[in-house]
Amino acid sequence: MKLLYFAWFRERVGLAEETLDRPPGVVDVESLLGWLEARGGGHALALSDRAMVRVAVNHDYADLDTPVGADDEVALFPPVTGG
Amino acid sequence: MAAWTQPEDFDAAAVMDALGSGDTGVGAVCLFVGRVRDIDGGGGLTIEHYAAMTEKHMARLEDQARRRWDLRDCVIIHRHGRLRPSDNIVLVAVAAEHRRAAFEAAGFLMDRLKTEAPFWKREETPDGRAHWVTARSEDVESAARWDLGGGDP
Repeated sequence: MKLLYFAWFRERVGLAEETLDRPPGVVDVESLLGWLEARGGGHALALSDRAMVRVAVNHDYADLDTPVGADDEVALFPPVTGG
Repeated sequence: MAAWTQPEDFDAAAVMDALGSGDTGVGAVCLFVGRVRDIDGGGGLTIEHYAAMTEKHMARLEDQARRRWDLRDCVIIHRHGRLRPSDNIVLVAVAAEHRRAAFEAAGFLMDRLKTEAPFWKREETPDGRAHWVTARSEDVESAARWDLGGGDP
C-alpha cells in the first residue's frame, strides 16, 4: 500500500510518502494506525494525538473501520485549513 | 462549470465576465474572493495540498451545490504554493436565476471548502519562523449549519 503524509504530520514522520507491503494484521484504518504508531520514532510522534489526525483512503475521508488493502492509497494529515 | 487548483494568481474580473456568459436566464451572480490577511507583519504563507484528493473534493462540492440549488454556472479556484499578504487565495463564483440561490450556494461552497478540501496553511511570522495554522471550530460550525437544513431554498 502507498502511504502519503501532509503538513505537520509529514514533518513529524520525516517522510512525504512510503510504499509498503500490507503488514500482517492490518485490515482497516484502526489497525494501520496502531501498526504505524508501534514503529515508534516520527510515526509515533505524529500519531501521539489521534484526535488531530485525519485519514483518507483512495482520496475519500475514512473512519477507523474503513478497510485498507494492498492496493490502496492511504493519506494521513491534520484537520484541513484551506480557503 | 469547473473546479481546479493552480499556483498562479487568477483574474476575478475575467471569471465574472465568463460566468454564465450568453445565458440570458442568469439573473444573479455571486463572486467571493478570499485573500491572505497580513497577520502581525508576517511574511505570508505557503499552502500545501493533496492534489488528487483536492480536485476530486472540489468537483464533488460543486456537484452537491448544483443538486441543492438551481445553478446556471459555477467556478471554484483555489491556489497553492507561496502567497504573500493581499494575494488572492480562493475564488467561488456562482450564477443563478435569483440572488438567494447565488448567495447561499456561494456560502455553502466556501464553508465546505474550508473544512473538507485537503489544503493546509503554513504561516510565517515576522521573525522568520513558521507554524501550521490550526483548524478553527467556528469554521466547522459554519460548515455544519448546512447539514441542519439551514439555507435551504
